[in-house]
Amino acid sequence: MRNNQKQPSRFNPGLIVGIESSCDETACAVVAGGREVLSNVVASQAELHARFGGVVPEIAGRAHIEAINPVIAQAIDEAGIPPANLPASGKQAGVAAVAVANRPGLIGSLLVGLMAAKTLAWVWRVPIIGVNHIHAHAWAPALDDEEIEYPAVALIASGGHTSLYLCRSPDGLELLGATIDDAAGEAFDKVAAILNLPYPGGPAIDQASRNGQADAIKFPRSLLKGQSLDFSFSGIKTAVLYHVNGVPGSIRAGVEKGIERLGEKEISDIAAGFQAAVVDVMRTKIKRAVNFARQDRDTNVRTLIIGGGVAANSALREAVAELGEKLDLSVRIPAMEYCTDNAAMVAGLAFHHLRVGKTDDFELAATATVRR
Amino acid sequence: MSEQFQTNSVEETVALGKRLAGRFAIGDCIAMVGDLGSGKTAFVRGLAVGLGIVDERMVSSPTYVLVQEYVGRIRLYHVDLYRLPAAEDELDNLGLDEMLSDGIVVIEWADRAENALPKPYWRIAIKPTGQASRQFTLERVG
Repeated sequence: MRNNQKQPSRFNPGLIVGIESSCDETACAVVAGGREVLSNVVASQAELHARFGGVVPEIAGRAHIEAINPVIAQAIDEAGIPPANLPASGKQAGVAAVAVANRPGLIGSLLVGLMAAKTLAWVWRVPIIGVNHIHAHAWAPALDDEEIEYPAVALIASGGHTSLYLCRSPDGLELLGATIDDAAGEAFDKVAAILNLPYPGGPAIDQASRNGQADAIKFPRSLLKGQSLDFSFSGIKTAVLYHVNGVPGSIRAGVEKGIERLGEKEISDIAAGFQAAVVDVMRTKIKRAVNFARQDRDTNVRTLIIGGGVAANSALREAVAELGEKLDLSVRIPAMEYCTDNAAMVAGLAFHHLRVGKTDDFELAATATVRR
Repeated sequence: MSEQFQTNSVEETVALGKRLAGRFAIGDCIAMVGDLGSGKTAFVRGLAVGLGIVDERMVSSPTYVLVQEYVGRIRLYHVDLYRLPAAEDELDNLGLDEMLSDGIVVIEWADRAENALPKPYWRIAIKPTGQASRQFTLERVG
């Protein structure tokens, strides 16, 4: 378990306890005023899954169930809230609501967090707030940091999502585009598998790219028709596969080609070429989104937000920093611990739901798939 | 008995999925078998459109989340076994029976659990025959 313990602040504008269990991470955090993280506890199943070579739904569900109570106990203890078995304790300590990521994700995993959140909210007699996991990623740069200046364009890219938003406020998000096939992080993982690089693919490709030449191989940039703000990474993945194994049906397929015959330098060049293509597409889409906001939404964007696990990619960070400078926009990328899945972003965003009275009741359900 | 179809682009693969959608009904399980980049997700996008899923952009690769659910004229469950090391034992945990009771289930990387699929099921094998050309073989198994 990771955590970053802090002393609770004296000024207490209302604490929110957040819970996150949408995929591999079981997490709980306590956040004051939307930005001040009092505790942030994450138990990851990544190691567990690596041992089995993939995710195992039964184990995933069971691991969440095993982890959720200790994770909650640690998070509320670190934030100075008395144990949850004392019914009045939450309110006395200033807990204003319990927030939970209830969409989108692996349904069996979402349900574990949702049930825990309902239980806490019921025991403490405070409102429950369902939060969109991807929207929460777009709030992550504000954690332990300055307020975000809106309007903003946000790119959230991870193993499961690649979504582009126009954010008018913390909870006023309009989906501009999303992947129509593979998520960016998924493409990194699958290309890493093609190149015999380790899982997770993101860091492995980032690392290999440092020794490669990005322009040695030009992979296709799939920008889709017209001014589309959607993404497609399936074509780049297939191009890498055929570059390595040969085009199906060609005489050379599988004969002269194959990963075994490639040296370290060539693999690094492929990794760098692939990464450059993905980053190029993202840069183009972000630029299009900023223009779209101005022209079609009459909205002058002031900030670029990058979130999700792929925000850790060094080439993407560089490209976005450069783009921000060029377009005169401030760039907000969360601290590493808030790029990957965590509950602080859930509790933080929920503060803004609560402020406008957007709370849920115990009918709150988990939803696996959403597009918004 | 099997049927074969040839497509020459991603767009044609989507169109094929749309055209074949009418053949399937609630309770049908469709096993998709084909390598990385062969067009499984593209075919499912067409299938979803053919089944009346209003926003085809709902359809994306379920590799990470394992199961996606789209609601149209008929409910479509989009399953992906790529990340499942022991997929045969996991079909129950994914809730395959429940899914089949109220919708059509299409499974990417189905070869990882073919012995555990309830028969009869549909099998769609995709063979890349060129840069963008694909051969589809559709058959009823069991």
